[in-house]
Amino acid sequence: MDFLNALVALSNFVLVPAIAYGSQLALGALGVTLIYGILRFSNFAHGDTMAFGAMIAVLVTWWMQSVGIGLGPLPTALLALPFAILGCMILVLITDRLVYRFYREQKAKPVILVIVSMGVMFIMNGLVRFIIGPDDQRFADGERFLISAREFKQLTGLKEGLAIKTTQGITVVVAVIAVALLFWFLNKTRTGKSMRAYSDNEDLALLSGINPERVVMYTWLIVAALATTAGVLYGLDKSFKPFVYFQLLLPIFASAIVGGLGNPLGAIAGGFIIAFSEVTITYAWKKVLTYLMPESLEPSGLVQLLSTDYKFAVSFVILLIVLLFKPTGLFKGKAV
Amino acid sequence: MKKLLTATAATALMAGAAMAEEVKIGVILGFTGPIESLTPSMADGAELAMKEVSDSGMLLDGATVTPVRADSTCVDAGAATAAAERLVTSDKVDGIMGADCSGVTGAILSNVAVPNGIVMISPSATSPGLSTAEDNGLFFRTAPSDARQGQVMTDILIEEGIKSVALTYTNNDYGKGLADSFQQAFEAAGGEVTISAAHEDGKADYSAEVGALAAAGGDRLVVAGYVDQGGSGIVRAAIDSGAFDTFHFPDGMIGTKLEENFGSEIDGSTGQHPGTDSPGVAKFNELVGDAFDSTSPFTPESYDAAALIMLAMQAAGSKNSADYKEKVMEVANAPGEKIYPGELGKALQILKDGGDIDYVGATAVELIGPGESAGNYRQIVVEGGKITTAKYR
Repeated sequence: MDFLNALVALSNFVLVPAIAYGSQLALGALGVTLIYGILRFSNFAHGDTMAFGAMIAVLVTWWMQSVGIGLGPLPTALLALPFAILGCMILVLITDRLVYRFYREQKAKPVILVIVSMGVMFIMNGLVRFIIGPDDQRFADGERFLISAREFKQLTGLKEGLAIKTTQGITVVVAVIAVALLFWFLNKTRTGKSMRAYSDNEDLALLSGINPERVVMYTWLIVAALATTAGVLYGLDKSFKPFVYFQLLLPIFASAIVGGLGNPLGAIAGGFIIAFSEVTITYAWKKVLTYLMPESLEPSGLVQLLSTDYKFAVSFVILLIVLLFKPTGLFKGKAV
Repeated sequence: MKKLLTATAATALMAGAAMAEEVKIGVILGFTGPIESLTPSMADGAELAMKEVSDSGMLLDGATVTPVRADSTCVDAGAATAAAERLVTSDKVDGIMGADCSGVTGAILSNVAVPNGIVMISPSATSPGLSTAEDNGLFFRTAPSDARQGQVMTDILIEEGIKSVALTYTNNDYGKGLADSFQQAFEAAGGEVTISAAHEDGKADYSAEVGALAAAGGDRLVVAGYVDQGGSGIVRAAIDSGAFDTFHFPDGMIGTKLEENFGSEIDGSTGQHPGTDSPGVAKFNELVGDAFDSTSPFTPESYDAAALIMLAMQAAGSKNSADYKEKVMEVANAPGEKIYPGELGKALQILKDGGDIDYVGATAVELIGPGESAGNYRQIVVEGGKITTAKYR
């Protein structure tokens, strides 16, 4: 019984939140890694691309709610997602046409592109605030819980409760579908193969007749879809606030780099590594240990490695360690 | 005929007032910065008291009172000191109503008020540190110290039979000061604080913070934060994960937003914020009417702060800070005739006749110890999704 209680407490405060957060980070990191692999620069505007996509989803959701379209127990935002992806695709294609293409034709160095992407970041930042404002926006609706802590306690008779929010469930399901689609696209379709070829060796790909502008366009479209999905899922699960997406940039980059920049599998692994380390290192283990240990060994302190204030520092430290010992990342990406 | 008489009387009064001396009072508040939304009505409150006194023509044989506004910025001690210095040296104010935030108030006190010997009454600085600041008897405040709020919180929780709580606070001077004073008082009363953890405002996700709080455990979670900031995020995450069912909320968390966000999910939670059932509040609201928002935080305190300065001047018969600083406590406390908002003219007359007054004002002013408000609190409990008054203490 004690063991079960420990397991439930651990799931409630560590496993479930970390899996949901990890899925969101993984989707974000996939976008960053694709841009790095194919367009060869670190896209600092990624966080704000997510915010822009999520913002369209919020606006469409509000409109749908006002005319009474809904999904019953599921959040309406899922219906709004395709429209948001479309809107985000238009935005990134316009950005590419107006900004990035100019630098691509100049054969600008990656460093210059990074700085350019920062400029784009600030403009998108302003755009989102201009349209929806800097405040918190709520757009989640439908059933809040798959199972709530109280129901779980009544159901099992355990002392500890386990709460799984609908949004956490949806996050994981949608993330799995999105990743499966992405890998199918990259490995099985002609366009996907040409994208991988372009990423592996640009000159060789050009020689074999691959049209670079087409590859770039498809990359942006996929990135927009991933970023919007990640943004909407994060907004649904937590809350939509433009500044938060900007803050997400750090853990997302950490995930992509830890996994190996340019390697999609690495981005997913990186997302979960960062999420789990952030949550486990700042978790106070007292409760779980009290259930597991014999009474004489029960801890009196909190058994917390780092105070929760240092959550973001954890991503930094992992990033440093990986870069020191394995600069290409755990899954053999490109060197930064 | 009647009109003519009134007009003549008014003219005579104005002429008399113009001949008498002028009293200048500095109003130094953060008109820009983090509390810029509160300060306009605070300044209006203070200036209302000055206008009332000027109109009565009773102060120091018909002196007029002129407010001089200055910007404390709430956070920039350097700018606040410079602004206060200007008030004293170039505008030659006879007293300062302000400042607002605890940090800049301390800076102005030690850099300007004490060296120049100017009386300063703050309506809103609540840091416990100001109680022990070196002030030569020049500094007072109509807001209670957070040390007092920590004590009140402790009393409420102990009465409810709560012996063990988890504590989280917003990571700034307000949150830290309140959390420390509460922890000290609660532990002295035999309670146990299982964890005292800070949270940052403006995050999207507080599940890690709540994880730590839940692991530490406790009968109730004390959230010393802001209702439109991280405080609500913490409560939301705590309810969602089933970590805590009931909470205790200090002043920063109490507002209609709390009811909107959580409703009956937090039934049984308790809290307190500065408030009084004294008739002064109603009289103040009536006096203000639609001129500005009289229920905005610290607005009645501002009226009281300005009123105290002028009443003390009258009691001392002088606008010199060195003379009237001794009188502030006297006019604020018993014995004497009770004075409510809108009765400043009457109070001035009593003082002129050598009588004694007990200024109650809009916030039931009672100055204790080093010249700070004893602090009246409204104890609340959440029932059926609504914040209801349990009692006043």
